[in-house]
Amino acid sequence: MAEPMKIRATLQGDTADVRILMRHPMETGTRKTASGVVPLHFIQSVIVQHNGKTVLDAQWSQAVSRDPFLGLRVKGAKAGDKISVTWTDNKGDKRTDEVTVSAGS
Amino acid sequence: MKSLRRNFLKLSGGAGAMALAAAAGLLKPGSAWAAPWNKSAFESKAVADTLKNLGATNLIESKDITITAPDIAENGAIVPVAVTSRIPNTQSISIIAEKNPFPLAASFDISAGGEGYVSTRVKMGQTSDVRAIVKADGKFYTAVKEVKVTVGGCG
Repeated sequence: MAEPMKIRATLQGDTADVRILMRHPMETGTRKTASGVVPLHFIQSVIVQHNGKTVLDAQWSQAVSRDPFLGLRVKGAKAGDKISVTWTDNKGDKRTDEVTVSAGS
Repeated sequence: MKSLRRNFLKLSGGAGAMALAAAAGLLKPGSAWAAPWNKSAFESKAVADTLKNLGATNLIESKDITITAPDIAENGAIVPVAVTSRIPNTQSISIIAEKNPFPLAASFDISAGGEGYVSTRVKMGQTSDVRAIVKADGKFYTAVKEVKVTVGGCG
């Protein structure tokens, strides 16, 4: 199973600044090692939900870097709101993690 | 020959039913529902084809789109790119690295009322323009920024 994501959601005014760090090899399908070409393996879809409502639906290619970073802003957020992130890769592997929005400084 | 064809039909019929079942399962309310992956756009090798497959025609150059990326990226494997769109009702943001083998790097659909901002890190094979395509109110806007790459990141 995939490793957990690191998600941080900090409130700035009425907007939550969300930063997500996923753990994934993001293989392009062209990298060669001694044992041949490493097969294509990358995250195809990332969905970010705010209290169960989808706010961002991303589609990715293999051109996104290894251990991908995603930053976004969610309007109308309050401290304690739930932000959940789900990714799916081209092999059908999935991972969902959830955090609560913390009050900013 | 005939039996082969029959087997093939059987197989494809089965797969179709499976896909239907999967779709029905996924459509449950409350579950995360992803838009189907835009295969044709992601597998386009020329920027013109990518744009066509994204449905992005009549591009309008816009000063309301800011691409935040380094002028010189030393490592093409990690190029931080952020796109801010101040165009009202921004529906989607796509990031295209024009000289990559497959130019379209990522596409983000933003729900109504969402903020037109995304930030991520992409790989770039060589020095090229990074293009942002913003869809707002059914129109497509664009902006470019050149990123010089010292060591390519597609190997």
